[in-house]
Amino acid sequence: NIEKTNLLKMGFKRFVQVGRVVYINYGPENGKLAVVLDIIDNNRVLVEGPTTGVERQQMPLKRVNLTDYVLPIQRGFRTGNLTKAINDFDLEGKFNSSSWGQRLSNRQLRAGLTDYQRFELMLLRKQKSYLLKRAVAKAKKAAK
Amino acid sequence: PELQYRQYQVVGRKIPTESDPTPPMYRLKVFAQDEVFAKSRFWYYMNRLRKVKKSVGEVLRVIEIKEKSPNQVKNYGIWIRYDSRSGTHNMYKEARGTSLNGAIKEIYEEMGSRHRARHSVVQIVKTDIIPAAECRRDNTTQFHDSKIAFPLKHRLPRSNKKSHKSTFKA
Repeated sequence: NIEKTNLLKMGFKRFVQVGRVVYINYGPENGKLAVVLDIIDNNRVLVEGPTTGVERQQMPLKRVNLTDYVLPIQRGFRTGNLTKAINDFDLEGKFNSSSWGQRLSNRQLRAGLTDYQRFELMLLRKQKSYLLKRAVAKAKKAAK
Repeated sequence: PELQYRQYQVVGRKIPTESDPTPPMYRLKVFAQDEVFAKSRFWYYMNRLRKVKKSVGEVLRVIEIKEKSPNQVKNYGIWIRYDSRSGTHNMYKEARGTSLNGAIKEIYEEMGSRHRARHSVVQIVKTDIIPAAECRRDNTTQFHDSKIAFPLKHRLPRSNKKSHKSTFKA
């Protein structure tokens, strides 16, 4: 595994490998997590996400972002075993509590705000800005 | 819509006559986009290999052959005969994929790009699923590694919404 140690030295941390959890960022499965079950080719992987509704299929790596998570599964795991592995790993919990997952849920929240909620949000942002600027001005004065 | 190859099995024979009441039936497995082209190819080969023309023959059945295991990664070996500018040659190519139809599409595209061989001059002679130990091409065998892992290098960001798409990027 000389190549892998070299790649790690180069600074690559996320690898396309069996068990890697990927986030699909394009196409009909946009926004879903899936697990790499087999590598077809330089550009394609076999992927499935039974808990997120991704059927077992070929997925081009262009449509995919690698996450930090790697499941301890074997190449070509069947759906049942895969679901068990995902639940044992608590993938949903881990991803949703990560900063990536929180960013996604915030985005969804923002997209679903009503006009009145956006107005409330605007007032809160103005308040926050006011408090921040006041604190900065005080600190500057104290520093002099 | 994207070009999609399907595998058809065409069975046909010469139309029975008084002198020949039970002519032999021939079967052709062909990759085509539709049944029409599959039947056309059947007569193309029947003409060349047997003394049967479309006008004296009949197609008995055209069936699409579907992929048995579309979610299993396989190594396909494909034997080709094609006409180049200066002669006709045989070739053996390997493709890795989950379906034979997908592999054949890759092969046709490769023949077009590498050898400038258009579809009409490429004949698929034989196809087979090759076990990993018997694959001959480095391009295929480099993926026969149980612990394969590679990073995604030089990623170019792409918008997933048409509204975020732009012709020129800063």
